[in-house]
Amino acid sequence: MSTKLATTADGLQYRPSVEGMPPRSIAPKTPARVITTVILVVALLYFLVPIAWLIIASTKNNADLASSFGFWFADMNLADNWTKLMGWTQRMFPRWVFNSVLYSTVAATVGTLLSVSAGYAMAKFKFPGKNLTMGVIMGGLLMPIALLTIPLYVVFHNIGLTNTMWAVIIPSVVSPFGVFLGRVYAESSVPTELLEAARIDGAGEARIFFTMVLRLLAPAMVTIFLFIFVATWNNFLLPLMMVNSTEIMPVTQGLYGMMSYFAPDKGAVMLGALLGVIPLILLFVFLQRFWQAGLAAGSVKG
Amino acid sequence: MTTHIQGAAPQAVAAAAPPGRRRRRSKDRHEALTGWAFLAPFVLLFVLVFVIPIVVSVIESFYKRVPSGGGLFGGGEPVRTFIGMENYAEVASSSTFWLGIARVVGYAAIQIPIMIGVALALALLLDSFLVRRPGFFRLSYFLPYAIPGVVAAMVWLYLYSPGMSPLLPYLPDGFSFMSPGVILASMANMTTWTYTGYNMLIFLAALQSIPGDLYEAARIDGASGWQITTKIKIPLVRGAALLAVLLSIIGTIQLFNEPAIMYTANPWMGENYTPMMMAYNNRNLISGMGFSSAVSVMMALIAGLLAVVYALLQRKAD
Repeated sequence: MSTKLATTADGLQYRPSVEGMPPRSIAPKTPARVITTVILVVALLYFLVPIAWLIIASTKNNADLASSFGFWFADMNLADNWTKLMGWTQRMFPRWVFNSVLYSTVAATVGTLLSVSAGYAMAKFKFPGKNLTMGVIMGGLLMPIALLTIPLYVVFHNIGLTNTMWAVIIPSVVSPFGVFLGRVYAESSVPTELLEAARIDGAGEARIFFTMVLRLLAPAMVTIFLFIFVATWNNFLLPLMMVNSTEIMPVTQGLYGMMSYFAPDKGAVMLGALLGVIPLILLFVFLQRFWQAGLAAGSVKG
Repeated sequence: MTTHIQGAAPQAVAAAAPPGRRRRRSKDRHEALTGWAFLAPFVLLFVLVFVIPIVVSVIESFYKRVPSGGGLFGGGEPVRTFIGMENYAEVASSSTFWLGIARVVGYAAIQIPIMIGVALALALLLDSFLVRRPGFFRLSYFLPYAIPGVVAAMVWLYLYSPGMSPLLPYLPDGFSFMSPGVILASMANMTTWTYTGYNMLIFLAALQSIPGDLYEAARIDGASGWQITTKIKIPLVRGAALLAVLLSIIGTIQLFNEPAIMYTANPWMGENYTPMMMAYNNRNLISGMGFSSAVSVMMALIAGLLAVVYALLQRKAD
């Protein structure tokens, strides 16, 4: 904390407040600040060390993983691990990552449009059965998703969709949380007067939705897109139930399948794990403000 | 007959009404149709993905596929047969099922309070004057949520494995992360690691929606930072806490990823370690999905029951 003194034009000495700091009268004492920093750094280590270890381990071979110091690099075996990863996954690994990207992108794009459209309907229109529908959808929010997976398999098996890409994409498109966010945002950021004005000017409902509402809801759509994208990427039980051809597996299922059947090189597994999460980590780091916005809407109004 | 009259009555009124009201009525109809048109695509898929599976699951849980005819291997085509509550009786009398339930409930009872407590504490610290750059910490704590549960479980499995764990050398000899008494705690640690940051973000969002005037007023009345935290902030994030705990309870009952990964290295856990593993590993196209469906329905009921009990207890405490 700065203790530098300054002098006013008429010679009075005073201690100026520091930019970004609370006024000194209510500023916390130094010991409190030190203890807090220690706690926060300990927590930081807990959350980041496993990720750092994942990066380090993906460069090591089995011998170095067993013998070298765990939290620092030994011999660089990255190329070797990549060769092993490709061999062990029968050259399927890039395909799996591509599948994950494809499923998550398609599901998130379609899911976002459906959620925003449904949320807009809930927020801005009066129609019979609205409250009941909303209640049922919100009930779906509290429904344990994993429990749905087995009955979903029965249904998809009967209509012949199992072991296709659709079996992973279709269920991922449906996001009650997305509808909930869409409704909250449409209520707060689509002015009814604007819709009325557009109608008086003769714009059709579809045109109003696609040219005005979607533009107004753009930030909300990024948030919903992120939630569905990550949920699809991370969903493990669904592809595990639905898919058994290696060509259409997402990366999580592919790695798990290989891990449970063979005893792979551990460095190669860690390299696979790392490459399988890099797209998500990038999304998190660059779009983090949209996460908090989404959770704020969810927790405050919910 | 009555419905016919009820249906006809408004039309008669509409016909008799002045033109202005008729226009409003057609406007209402237009609004209702437009609303449903925007809602319909989602609702159709929702019915396919949520409603039909639940109905099918409940129906299926009363059936079993029984081989028709004799034959050495059961013979004949399996025939779907109604067996009433038999699947439920089998689940309810299965000690494996209840042992699994006991595991996940015990897991929830210890893991959820720790996770929510830590998340709340971190959110309060980041929301206070005590830290200058909360953004960096916030992102770092939230980052594990980006790691898919399966991948996180793989990483932790290796961090626990003797022979490659970088942690074990610093722990007392003979300690194992994967011995029967410790393994639940080891898995709880995986869940805590993944979801604490997510819950912290929920709390931070709730904290930031508290109007600053409240703190100012409290300061003027002479409240200390500690008093503001315990008397204003914590009571005002109760709603967020309730939501976080409910979602955690529901998530924990369906515990699957962590034990499934642990099982690849610890076969002694068995294929029915948690109820969700039991439902998954007993799915079977020959004898049908009846048993798995019954397990799923029972789990949903237990999860719902726990959530309701928690919500009621919370309301009583307030």
